[in-house]
Amino acid sequence: MLLIPCPYCGERPELEFAHGGQAHVARPSNPDTTSDHEWANFLYFRKNPKGLFAERWRHARGCGRFFNAIRDTRTDQFVATYKAGEKPPVEGV
Amino acid sequence: MSHAHSGKLHFTFDGKAFEGKPGDTLASALLRHGVHLTGRSFKYHRPRGIVGLGAEEPNALITVKRDSARVTPNLRATQIELYDGLVAVSQNRSPSLAFDVDAINDFLSPLLPAGFYNKTFMWPRAAWFKLYEPAIRKKAGLGEAPTRPDPDHYSQRFAHCDVLVVGAGPSGLAAALTAARSGARVIVCDEQNQLGGSLLHDPHASINGHPVSEGLKVSVEALQNAANVTVLTRTTAFGYFPHNLIGLAERLTDHEAHPNPHQPRERLWQVRAKEVVLATGAIERPLVFPGNDRPGILLAEAARGYANRYHTNVGRRAVVLAGSDAAYQSALDLHAAGIEIALIADVRDNPTNEPARKRAIAAGLAIEDHLTVLGTSGRLRVSSIQLGKVSDGRVRAHRRVRCDVVVMSGGFTPSVHLHSQSRGTLSFDSKLGAFIPKDSPERCRSAGSCAGVEGLKAQLNHGAQQGALAATACGFPIDAPAMEADTFEGSMVGFPGILPANGDLPPKKAFVDFQNDVTTRDLALARREGFESVEHIKRYTTTGMATDQGKTSNLNALAYIAKDRQMSIPEVGLTTFRMPYTPTTFGIFAGHARGDLFDPVRKTPSHDWAVNVGGVFEDVGMWKRTRFFPQGSEDMHQAVHRECLAVRREVGMFDASTLGKIEVVGPDAAEFLNRFYINNWSNLGVGKCRYGILCRDDGFVYDDGVIARLATDRFHVTTTTGGAARVFAMMEDYLQTEWTDLKVWITSTTEQWSVVAVQGPKARHVLEKLVTGIDISPSAFPHMSVGSGHIAGMPMMLFRVSFSGELGFEVNVPGRMGSALWEAIWEAGQEFGITPYGTEAMHVLRAEKGYIIVGQDTDGTMTPDDAGVAWAIGKQKKDFIGKRGLMRPLMSKPDRKQLVGLLTQDAQSVLEEGAQVTLEAGLTAPYPMVGHVTSSYFSPILNRSIALAVIKGGRAKMGETVFIPMPGRDIAATVVDPVFYDRQGVKING
Repeated sequence: MLLIPCPYCGERPELEFAHGGQAHVARPSNPDTTSDHEWANFLYFRKNPKGLFAERWRHARGCGRFFNAIRDTRTDQFVATYKAGEKPPVEGV
Repeated sequence: MSHAHSGKLHFTFDGKAFEGKPGDTLASALLRHGVHLTGRSFKYHRPRGIVGLGAEEPNALITVKRDSARVTPNLRATQIELYDGLVAVSQNRSPSLAFDVDAINDFLSPLLPAGFYNKTFMWPRAAWFKLYEPAIRKKAGLGEAPTRPDPDHYSQRFAHCDVLVVGAGPSGLAAALTAARSGARVIVCDEQNQLGGSLLHDPHASINGHPVSEGLKVSVEALQNAANVTVLTRTTAFGYFPHNLIGLAERLTDHEAHPNPHQPRERLWQVRAKEVVLATGAIERPLVFPGNDRPGILLAEAARGYANRYHTNVGRRAVVLAGSDAAYQSALDLHAAGIEIALIADVRDNPTNEPARKRAIAAGLAIEDHLTVLGTSGRLRVSSIQLGKVSDGRVRAHRRVRCDVVVMSGGFTPSVHLHSQSRGTLSFDSKLGAFIPKDSPERCRSAGSCAGVEGLKAQLNHGAQQGALAATACGFPIDAPAMEADTFEGSMVGFPGILPANGDLPPKKAFVDFQNDVTTRDLALARREGFESVEHIKRYTTTGMATDQGKTSNLNALAYIAKDRQMSIPEVGLTTFRMPYTPTTFGIFAGHARGDLFDPVRKTPSHDWAVNVGGVFEDVGMWKRTRFFPQGSEDMHQAVHRECLAVRREVGMFDASTLGKIEVVGPDAAEFLNRFYINNWSNLGVGKCRYGILCRDDGFVYDDGVIARLATDRFHVTTTTGGAARVFAMMEDYLQTEWTDLKVWITSTTEQWSVVAVQGPKARHVLEKLVTGIDISPSAFPHMSVGSGHIAGMPMMLFRVSFSGELGFEVNVPGRMGSALWEAIWEAGQEFGITPYGTEAMHVLRAEKGYIIVGQDTDGTMTPDDAGVAWAIGKQKKDFIGKRGLMRPLMSKPDRKQLVGLLTQDAQSVLEEGAQVTLEAGLTAPYPMVGHVTSSYFSPILNRSIALAVIKGGRAKMGETVFIPMPGRDIAATVVDPVFYDRQGVKING
């Protein structure tokens, strides 16, 4: 069970969280002018890296907030967690 | 008890009575009586004896029976603590250990190579389940599961500490004592019944000038008396989970003759440690030679342990096979215990005079070098060993030595299981000939022999250092004390792989993995058949895959594969270590979550009332919902029939409290719902409600429900019963991460409102008797109205909505008043013949009207148009979730599966939900399928079968005949509009 540092509440056990998939997948602001290809990318295409991965978590059974995390998928170690809307603190994720 | 006072414990093994002593394990007690034969092997049913001293034991798997429900299979005899009255039974033999009819498998072993089962029992497939598998399971069983529910209970707890020390041998004790002195919170656990590890059978050792027994006593007392230390014995660290969470299994009562039934049998500890010190020791390796599995052949360190700790001699006349210097240490201790050492046969390529060997020479023990083993004899116990002499790479017969026990040492393998489970990497120590821990992503460090550190003094100091480093890393700085120690001991270095033999093929019956009956021939066969990856070889031969997880076998298998393929051991690589370290009960994971406590139960306000009148319940998620209310001797069909007609002709009442409810509030609430649901909400007036459809951004239907506007800035959203949590989470997601500009707040109110649906032509008559403060006449309160008032004195929010197609109301009152509301409506409805109805009638009624159930008539690939609800789309809206997704070309193809009605041509024939639909009859598989039945019922009001189905291009097929293939026949049906009853909607507006 992971120990997840919620940016609002501090370290809490994974039991309290829901995973939210890849982070920084913004919904296109003008869907009408988005091509089918771009829309399909938004809907379906996600990274699956061996290494650092920016992902979303929601502290569903705590403060309820969504936030982002950088996790190393090889080791499950968190490099950073940060609030939604903030830039990732690590390059290249 | 009385026997314990007399120092004798009585027990039985396979029905025969034995005596043991307090402190014995089943293995030590049996060995004292000369019993080596304790099991039959997994595949060949070969007689097998005790090999080890503890968790590493591969052979002596035993079932312990307390009563018919308390039957525990696959316990290692070496870890079963003896108690008075213990009943132990051997496994995998029929009818008895000494005579096993399935031992014929051993003579057939050339026909039973690796992969035999995969190759032989493939076809016909049906026979696998009915014939082969049950037969194989019976033949290849490792014990039997109890047939009654487990009467014991198991507890679970979390714990936090600064330093967790796993293993309390010399290194672990030194680590724990050092960390404890720093003031850090320390937990130290050990799988044995007392702390000490290898020190418990090392009487020659001295620590800091004191004899080991004295030093051990002082150390243990120091730990047990320290307020900042928790000592857990009989506790196995079975798994290393991410972020330093370690699973511990503490066995509380298995060693007791008369366990307190109120005490848990075992306790699961989930320990979150800031730092972990692994001091898990090392396991001696067997040697691989023909006939190395005969009872009476065991590990040298184990034989030494039985002599020194349990005062049990494993035989009278021993041959010692020395693949390591440690074997000489065992020979010396066995000699001192009175066992005749017939010969020490050194099997190493270049034996050198290391410390233990020097002492053995000085003690005058018979030693010969450059020997190998050609075979062993003895039916149920070894009686002699045939030795060969190795010179210039050739083996020739040498001599046969009579003996009743053979002890062997192939060196020691560090126990890196937990380190590896932490996703730590390993490096191959070429001097040691084994893998040792390298790096771990977790905050963990290995201490002592599990880190490849040799010698008691070095192990103690290494443990103290690692304990000090761990405590310091937690903010409790301390220096490691310098430890002095002395003992007679050999090196861990040994002889991996198979002993020298002539010939191209490896010799027969040289077992690498005792528990899964894997020989060197099986490993050679795997290579010939093209298996290269060590992970594939493992699965093909099953080496290392038994309950012992290859504790004694893995390195020998690797060494053999490496030699066979002329590679180095690190090039071959190592298979993944998996939890649990030793088998762990299901009970400990279930804990108290069984029976009534298995899962939380959500009950509706009418629950107790429904129980009293004999309602039949079904599980909907965690909810218990009443499915139907049978009267007298009615079956479900009869009850549902009556309930449906009552709603259509009179009035029915239904507990709809399980519907998900979300209150959406804020100046941008309408704009939020515009973006969220496909419908337009701006033009919904206060006091009105509307049926809403929710899609995902891919354009597929996700949920539905009625949404009411309570005020300009306040909406009451209902969701499906099962969708409440995920719709709420999806709202939060979009509000928090996409539309952060909107001023909207959402609150789950599912449990805040109790809801009773009153449906039917007389619904208004019932409510008129109870409702105050609101005019519910047809003109003042038409279909799709919402308003507030009181009902039977309770504050009420009233919806005029219908999921039955009849005149209908849904009465909402504060959650805790639901039971009173149900009773009030029941009383008031008596004069109108009010009938409570359940979910089954609700389903029939809505299907008669063609109302979909999301998740039943839709499956995550249905658009609003597919489901026939495209009319709900707010077409003027610039954007909503799913709008862009619905614009993709494939989403408007005319041959998409569309919701239609089906009328079977035989009106009494009710289709099966999920059945496939075809365009022609009499087809043989595989045939083109154009859709499937999603809902199907017998409609009482129509007195015929009805069904909803999704069919490719279905709306263009109205009036056409389709077929539903069932075994032996095709059922013909006509495609029709999905609204079967009151298509004009006269009744709903009544």
